[in-house]
Amino acid sequence: MAEPIDPKTDLSATTTTVGGPRIPTVVVDDVHVVYRVYGAGAGGNGSPVAALKRMVTGTKSAAVREVHAVKGVSFTAYRGEAVGLIGSNGSGKSTLLRAIAGLLPASRGAVYTQGQPSLLGVNAALLNDLSGERNVALGCLAMGMTPPQVRQITPDIIKFSGINDRGDFSSLPMRTYSSGMAARLRFSIAAAKKHDVLLIDEALATGDARFRRRSEQRVRELRAEAGTVFLVSHSIDTIRTTCERSIWLESGVIRADGPTDEVVPEYEKYMNRT
Amino acid sequence: MASTAVAHPDSELTQAQLAARYGLSVAGARPSLGRYVNQLWSYRHFITAYANAKLAASFSTARLGRLWQVLTPLTNAAVYYLIFGVILGTSREVENFIAYLCTGLFVFTFTQSVVSGGVTAISGNLGLIRALHFPRASLPIAITLTQFQHLLASIVVLAGIVLIDGEPLTLEWLLLIPAMLLQSVFNAGVAMAMARLGSKITDLKQLVPFVMRTWMYASGVLYSVQNFEKHLPEWAASLVQLNPLLVYIELMRHALMETAPVTASQTQSWLLGIGWAVLAGVLGFIYFWRGEKEYGRG
Repeated sequence: MAEPIDPKTDLSATTTTVGGPRIPTVVVDDVHVVYRVYGAGAGGNGSPVAALKRMVTGTKSAAVREVHAVKGVSFTAYRGEAVGLIGSNGSGKSTLLRAIAGLLPASRGAVYTQGQPSLLGVNAALLNDLSGERNVALGCLAMGMTPPQVRQITPDIIKFSGINDRGDFSSLPMRTYSSGMAARLRFSIAAAKKHDVLLIDEALATGDARFRRRSEQRVRELRAEAGTVFLVSHSIDTIRTTCERSIWLESGVIRADGPTDEVVPEYEKYMNRT
Repeated sequence: MASTAVAHPDSELTQAQLAARYGLSVAGARPSLGRYVNQLWSYRHFITAYANAKLAASFSTARLGRLWQVLTPLTNAAVYYLIFGVILGTSREVENFIAYLCTGLFVFTFTQSVVSGGVTAISGNLGLIRALHFPRASLPIAITLTQFQHLLASIVVLAGIVLIDGEPLTLEWLLLIPAMLLQSVFNAGVAMAMARLGSKITDLKQLVPFVMRTWMYASGVLYSVQNFEKHLPEWAASLVQLNPLLVYIELMRHALMETAPVTASQTQSWLLGIGWAVLAGVLGFIYFWRGEKEYGRG
């Protein structure tokens, strides 16, 4: 049986910093995240009259479901830490990252952060009908860069993504890209900016082996610049090599929080059991 | 537990106290109204780039490309002229009916597209909202900007139609510019309000076409506005005069045409136009800002 490690005891007992005070950068205080999913039920009555009736009577449609993805999570992350988030599919890892980034509001509890954390995901929505180049510009502007900065950085991003390795793809619409190419471009855009607190959501799993090596190198650079890094990944090896601390999340609750060497074996035991 | 508490003074604190001690701020908190305006201003390049991108994307798969920006209003004008001008013969009531009709139609279409786009501005862009930080008001404002560019293309078509229909080119045409700007501010406010409403009430999207059609009939687009006075009781006719869309349509008609029938005096129309723009712009913006924190939830 995987006995949950008491996060409080563990957190303070395993000080990883070498000298100097530990400065918290992310404080998560009993956070619950609930989000609504529309169209979950079987169709529902979509006639205009029924829609009006629902609005007037204020009844909830059966097609709307609430998902309680994170249930009361508390922890503190410190400057210089790389924290791995592990857990089975649907355990609330990505939702928790979004809550830390302030993109998904906590319905109870609060998240306190130093500066503005950035979510480095591969699912940043881009416009598929536009060329890769224009998407790069749009993505950079959306991250708050100025037009001169964007002009300066665009060639670097295109080059890093490697989409032009086989002909001039950057001027073609994104809908003509393979899924790997699109993912590489998205990652390259997101990785172009420096961050205080960096949240990485499965971003390392994109592209072919060569791009993966390059992106891992880039993440290491970003880590060196960033204060604190969170990494969501299903690849245990990635967690082992990049994170000294791991938080194991299961069904929206923390099962274990501590040094990676202790948490990961527990998690592997749990996953192999069934 | 006790030994670790001694080892670290911070472990005595609750999470909230710890955050306060190190000056951490709440993630995703709503900025003050003034800061929000500042943020929005610093994102102006994103807003224009996004509006242009949407415009380019909407024509990217058509072979004629952005020519459709002009062809769409032209085709619309032809269809409505056929039905209301030729078949139903509404044209007898108004001199230069086709110019009259097209002005109303294009001005109305501007607001109509902004409202229907505004309803899905948040709910249709959840991927973007859950991935990146930017002031969310950028989205409804960008929609207004995209439609404004459509309006500009329509106005070029309209100028041609009006001139061909026999109206003279006068200095009063310059009044088009303030009229369009006032309507744009009004539209942006409505778009922001609809965006917040639409993010909470997803069924609103289905209802909007009906609301807009009703609004169209109350705005004297397809027939002469004299019909209001003729067929409506007095209180209803004066209520119709307050209709912001009727106000903007009449401002445009007055600018472009010499003899267009109008319901209100010029001064009244301009005052109403300014009033509606300020009211919708300010209230819509504040209403949208108050929900800023919640938009990621869906």
